[in-house]
Amino acid sequence: MLAMNYRGPKRVRVSEKPEPALKHPEDAIVRVTRSCICGSDLHLYNGNVPDTRVGMTFGHEFTGVVVEVGSDVTKVKVGDHVLVPFNVACGRCVFCKQGMFGNCHESNPEATAVGAIFGYSHTAGGHDGGQAEYARVPYANVGPTVIPEGMDPDDAVLLTDVVPTGYQAAEMGGIQPGDTVVVFGAGPVGIMAARCSWLFGAGRVIIIDKEDYRLEFAKNYAHCEAYNFEKDMDDPVLFIKKITDWLGADVCIDAVGAEAAGNALQTITGRKLLLQAGSATALHWAINAVKKGGVVSIVGVYGPTDNLVPMGNAMNKGLTIRGNQTSVKRLLPRLIEHVQNGVLNPKALITHRIPLEDIADGYRLFSAKLDNCIKPLLIMPNSGR
Amino acid sequence: MQPTAQDHSHIPGWGIDADPENDPTYPMRDRCGEFTKKYDWERPPQQPIDIETLHSIERPNQPAVIGNSVPPSGLSGVIRRFAFRYSENLYAHWLPLLLADRVGVVEGIIDDLAHGHVPNIFAEKGYRAHWKHDPKGLALRLATTAAIAGGLVFLLTRGKKSDRIKSGS
Repeated sequence: MLAMNYRGPKRVRVSEKPEPALKHPEDAIVRVTRSCICGSDLHLYNGNVPDTRVGMTFGHEFTGVVVEVGSDVTKVKVGDHVLVPFNVACGRCVFCKQGMFGNCHESNPEATAVGAIFGYSHTAGGHDGGQAEYARVPYANVGPTVIPEGMDPDDAVLLTDVVPTGYQAAEMGGIQPGDTVVVFGAGPVGIMAARCSWLFGAGRVIIIDKEDYRLEFAKNYAHCEAYNFEKDMDDPVLFIKKITDWLGADVCIDAVGAEAAGNALQTITGRKLLLQAGSATALHWAINAVKKGGVVSIVGVYGPTDNLVPMGNAMNKGLTIRGNQTSVKRLLPRLIEHVQNGVLNPKALITHRIPLEDIADGYRLFSAKLDNCIKPLLIMPNSGR
Repeated sequence: MQPTAQDHSHIPGWGIDADPENDPTYPMRDRCGEFTKKYDWERPPQQPIDIETLHSIERPNQPAVIGNSVPPSGLSGVIRRFAFRYSENLYAHWLPLLLADRVGVVEGIIDDLAHGHVPNIFAEKGYRAHWKHDPKGLALRLATTAAIAGGLVFLLTRGKKSDRIKSGS
C-alpha cells in the first residue's frame, strides 16, 4: 500500500509499505477514505517530538471502511464506514472509565504521561497512522464510530480531532454566560474553539493570530473579533487588558502549542535550539492576559520536557490551568448532534484537497501557511478521487 | 473598542451547552471511588509482543495493545534502549531520544542509498509547492541557508589553513 513515510525534520514522502495486519483480537483494519494533516502533525514534521522515528506513518485524523476485524470485535463490522477518534483507547482502564479516553493506560508502552495517538511518534505509542491507504485500528469496540447516514464524510473526518478538540478547549475553560474568551491561534482548532465558545454562552470571543487570511476566515466562521498581533498591537497582553476594561479575559485558550511565533527568545530556545519543549509564547500570553481567578485552557501541544512560562503570575493571580488531549469518544454524541443540526459546519474549514502522493507538498503548504491554507485534506488513491 | 456582539441571536447554537456546573476547578469526573483507584481493572487480552518494544520504566508492564511501527534498530536503537533506562522525569530519557532521532535520519539516508534509492530531498521537503506559491520566500530561505553554510565552511577552513601556515606545512 501507499503510505506517508517520515524521513526526518521537514522531509516526508510516500512509499510502498506492507498492509497492516490484525495483531490483537480487538483490532480492525480500515481502508482509509479521508485523512487530514493536523497542526499538531507539524510538531512531528519539524522534529520537535522525541522518539519520532524515520519510517513512521503519521496521521491521526481519518475515516475509513472496515475491511477486516479481529475475533473479539462486535461493535463494527466489515463494510462499515467509520470515523476513527485520534486516541487509541481501551475503554476499560481507570482513566477510560472516567471518560478520559485521551489518557488510556492500555495503549502506550513508551510514555505514561500521554495516552496513545495514531501516527504520533513512539512517545505516543508507536501506532502507525492514517495518512496511508490502510490503517490498523486497535480497540475497535471502543474508538471507531459508524458515520451516521447522511453525514458528509468531510464533516466526519473533522469529528476525529478538530471539532472535539476545539469544543473541549471551550469546555475546559468553564465558560459561564457572558464571559470574555480569548483564543490564541487561528488554526483549525483555534477557529473551532472560538466557534464553540459561543455554545457555552460566551459574551465575547476574541481570536489572536498573525496571519490575516486566517483571522479573516475566523471572523466570518466563528463570528468573533479577530486581531493580528503583529499589526494591531505592540504587546498582546496589554492590548487584551485595554479591551477588557483593564482586567483581562475570563478565559484564555492556548490553541497554538509548540510552534508559536511572537517572541524571539521563545522561538530560538523552543523551536530552533530545542532547549525547551517548544515555543511557549501563546501560553505565556494566556497566563498574563487572563483575569485574576480566570481559567487558562491548553489544547496546544508541547513536548514532554520543560517550558518557560510565568508560573509566578499563575500562582499570584489564582488561575486555574486546564489541559488535556481531547477525549473524542466522550464528546462525539453531542458533537454529531451539533453537526447534524447544522449548529457546527466543520467541512467549511477544509481549504485544500491534496493527493496522498503529493503529501510532501501538503506538509510544506500547511507548515509555511502558503496559498491561504487552513485545513488540508488528503485524497486517497483508492477513493476514486 | 467594544464587544462586537451584544445580541447573540445571530450565532447558531448560542448558549445551548451552557452549564453552570461546568466548574473548571473540579476537572476530574470521578472523585467518589466509583471506579477503582488501583491498577486492578480487568485488562484486555495482551497483544503478542512479536517486535522489540521499549516501555517506560514508570509502568511495570507492557500495555495490552502496543504500536508495531518501526522497532528500534542500528545505532539509533542503541541510544533509544539507553534512554529507556531512565524515567520520563529525567533529561537522561528525553535528550538521548532526540539524539537518536537525528542519528536515525542519517541511518535513513544510508538505508535509502544501500537499497539503490537516492532520496529526492527537494521533493521530500515539498519545495515544489513552496516554489509555486512563494518563490521569493523560498529563494530567500535557500539563499540564507547557503550563506550561513558557506560562512561556516569558510570559517572552519580558514582556521585549518592558518594552522598549517603556523606549523610551516
